[in-house]
Amino acid sequence: MKVKFQYIVLLAFCAIVISCEKDNYDAPSSKLSGRLVYQGQPIGGLERDQVPFELYQFGFGKVGPIGASFTQEATFSAVLFDGNYKLIIPNGQGPFVWKKTGAGAPDTIPITLAGSQQLDLEVTPYYLIKGPQITGAGGKVSATFGLQKVITGTGAQDIENANLYINKTQFVSESSVDRVAKTTIAGTAITDVSNISLQVTVPTLQPTQNYVFARVGIKIKNVEDRLYSPVVKVTF
Amino acid sequence: MKKILSITAFTVILSMAGCKKDSEFLDVPPIQVLPNEVAFSDPALVLSILGDLYNRQLDFSSLDNGWRSFADFSESFPSENGSDFIVTRTGWGYGEWATWDYTYIRELNLFIERDSASTALTDADKKRFMAEARFLRANYYFEMVKRMGGVPLITSSMTYDPGKGDVTSIQVPRAKESEVYDFIISESEAIKDLLPKDPNQKSRASKGAALAMEARAALYAASIAKYGNNTPQVSLPGGEVSIPVGKATGYYTTALKAAQEIITGGAGGYELYKALPDLSDNFAALFLDKSSANLESIFIEDFRIGGRTHAFTTNDQPYSISDEGADAGRLNPSLNLAQSFEKLDNTFAPFAITDGSGNPIYYTNQQEIFAGRDARLAGTILLPNGLFKGKRVDIWAGYIVPGGGILTSDEASKLKPLPGTTTDVQVVGKDGPVNGLEFRTQSGFYARKYLDPTVGSGRRGRGSDIAFIRYRYAEVLLNAAEAAFELGQLPVAASYMNQVRARAGLTIPLTAAQITFDRIVHERRVELAFEGHTLFDMKRWRIAHIVWDGSPTTLTDLKTNLGVANARSTQPWGLWPYKIYDPASPNNGKWIFREVLPTRVSGSNRFQFGNYYSFISDAIRAANPKIVRQPNQ
Repeated sequence: MKVKFQYIVLLAFCAIVISCEKDNYDAPSSKLSGRLVYQGQPIGGLERDQVPFELYQFGFGKVGPIGASFTQEATFSAVLFDGNYKLIIPNGQGPFVWKKTGAGAPDTIPITLAGSQQLDLEVTPYYLIKGPQITGAGGKVSATFGLQKVITGTGAQDIENANLYINKTQFVSESSVDRVAKTTIAGTAITDVSNISLQVTVPTLQPTQNYVFARVGIKIKNVEDRLYSPVVKVTF
Repeated sequence: MKKILSITAFTVILSMAGCKKDSEFLDVPPIQVLPNEVAFSDPALVLSILGDLYNRQLDFSSLDNGWRSFADFSESFPSENGSDFIVTRTGWGYGEWATWDYTYIRELNLFIERDSASTALTDADKKRFMAEARFLRANYYFEMVKRMGGVPLITSSMTYDPGKGDVTSIQVPRAKESEVYDFIISESEAIKDLLPKDPNQKSRASKGAALAMEARAALYAASIAKYGNNTPQVSLPGGEVSIPVGKATGYYTTALKAAQEIITGGAGGYELYKALPDLSDNFAALFLDKSSANLESIFIEDFRIGGRTHAFTTNDQPYSISDEGADAGRLNPSLNLAQSFEKLDNTFAPFAITDGSGNPIYYTNQQEIFAGRDARLAGTILLPNGLFKGKRVDIWAGYIVPGGGILTSDEASKLKPLPGTTTDVQVVGKDGPVNGLEFRTQSGFYARKYLDPTVGSGRRGRGSDIAFIRYRYAEVLLNAAEAAFELGQLPVAASYMNQVRARAGLTIPLTAAQITFDRIVHERRVELAFEGHTLFDMKRWRIAHIVWDGSPTTLTDLKTNLGVANARSTQPWGLWPYKIYDPASPNNGKWIFREVLPTRVSGSNRFQFGNYYSFISDAIRAANPKIVRQPNQ
């Protein structure tokens, strides 16, 4: 009996030793990351988890996307295996225009990944938020900024409204859980697009804090996703 | 010797017995599986196959589909802690409401093929079974097109030949959205006269059901054509999503014609249910009465005690009148819905909680504030102090004590003394509302529609046998009214709508000039509340992204724009009654009300363009690359 037990231990030990390593892949380690840019400059910001991108890798049977979303700073990252990928942004996403093929499908960017890679995605935004200045004083947060219309002629869209958002945490957007207050100015009420001023009163915060996170965002007509400026921390 | 003889004899007998033919011995007819020829030889067997196909119909809200299927869209508050995601989320995933059950379609196609191949059935049986299966197939395609837009239109069973190894022949691209609606309409026309023309045929397809489906489908197609024009983003170049605006008039005409065929008695004598003198009780009884006196329900999903039952009453019965202890009270209609029931003079107003100068109005009893309204209010919603199973529901949020403070506790059984006294008394209703206390109302209301007053209906073991009405005559009238309105026939629209309204006690008829889009939208909201129409109506009118725009519903939003079609409704509000305790005041014992947003409501509904048509999963699109993806996803 004792001998048999030793055999069992030996067998189990062998099995453990053999099963290690051979049939396991290393975890993916190459990081693909980048920003959304227009002419090399970041476009500003987006609402978190609202603008998706899709990575496709072919050659493994059925094809499905590796899907993820841009951050609120309009950056993205994905940890992947080395290999060849194709990247798209689906139609109708983002406050910008992504290149399309003649048939109307989103154009692909081929990516050859060998080790980590930085890749900026060039898009054409409808507008750019220029020189946002956000300051706080006396329980109020004020912002001044300008807007530059990028797409003119066909495909041009008007501004539906411009907003100043504040939130207790660093996530700031139109989403009702990402703001404690906002002020809105309708697009038709904007007289000078190069100089827009907005002011919002900070509501009572629980627990109290003497700072908020703020940024401005614009809603473009017929475009669902909003364009934002970078988030700033404001003490009031 | 003797031994050899017996062995030989035994061997001979054995070999003779074993000498059956292989085919005789091996071909045993199975006793668990019926071959097609056998199954389709007996009408009772065919009916049992069809019964399974009936059972597999898909509904948006349905009584055996969970109470949660009634709970969304800010029309109610879910009073169950595990379900508060409904009010804490900030929108819906693109995959929400998707359906893609081509197994069901295939089995319906096979049924139709086997039924027509059968030689043993009588011609009348064959035709009726065939028409019923075609009805179910059209009904499921309707359910798919509502959620997914144009889908592959498969009308015969397909066979994959592994020898060829080529699947492209059975990869079918999506049909145009209009083609699917055309299919539903033409199928209804083709089968309507093969189905019985009998208003008492409710759980199986009848001529009335086919026409009601046709009217609703044509109306949906028409409004997508007309109002889809307002959302050019929600379309695909191949027409798989969106219908050209030019087709609207044609579809509206079809809808009106089909509805009018029912209204003029072409499908048997359907009429509005008017059995009880109390109009609210009458409206509630409409959903409870399965007898032949109910000529309003056209097509129902039936249940039977001892067979198939459902737990709607168990889940949603008032806590204090529960048959099942703490299993109760989940579905709480919101103030948003309750206040949209108009006053008897056809005007809209929020419930009066304060007078002109902002002072609270004191009511001598809890029901007074709800008086003088559309009878459907008390028929759809169980109001504070409302009657159920012979008992009154106990809904009040606490005492207002002298000085204006609130005296309440976190449960009715936790007693507290009133100021100036020492005796402990109950200071909050047994049915709530207490913020965050599940299974009691948190909005101040309970659901009454479908709530079964039969003894024992709230027990888990027994369940309830109330039927879910899929098509009813009042909706046919409203469909006809909407189609007539869109075709410019305002007097016709007014006459249909006034029939529905008169049954609810709104006896001042609307004039033709008063019929507007807002009126149509409002009437459907109050008449068809909790019947699974809200989402699809908002989608086809293309106002879902405006009504559910993601911004929190403020008190001002709530109390203004009543009866306006695209008014914001992103969070369910409540109306909480408080009792006055002030022995020195004439108001002692009276009631005041306050609007309250339950604290669990932290999210607000945001309907995005990508929500108009549900996501077609990656697996489906990978298996069939001809399927184009939905817009805005």
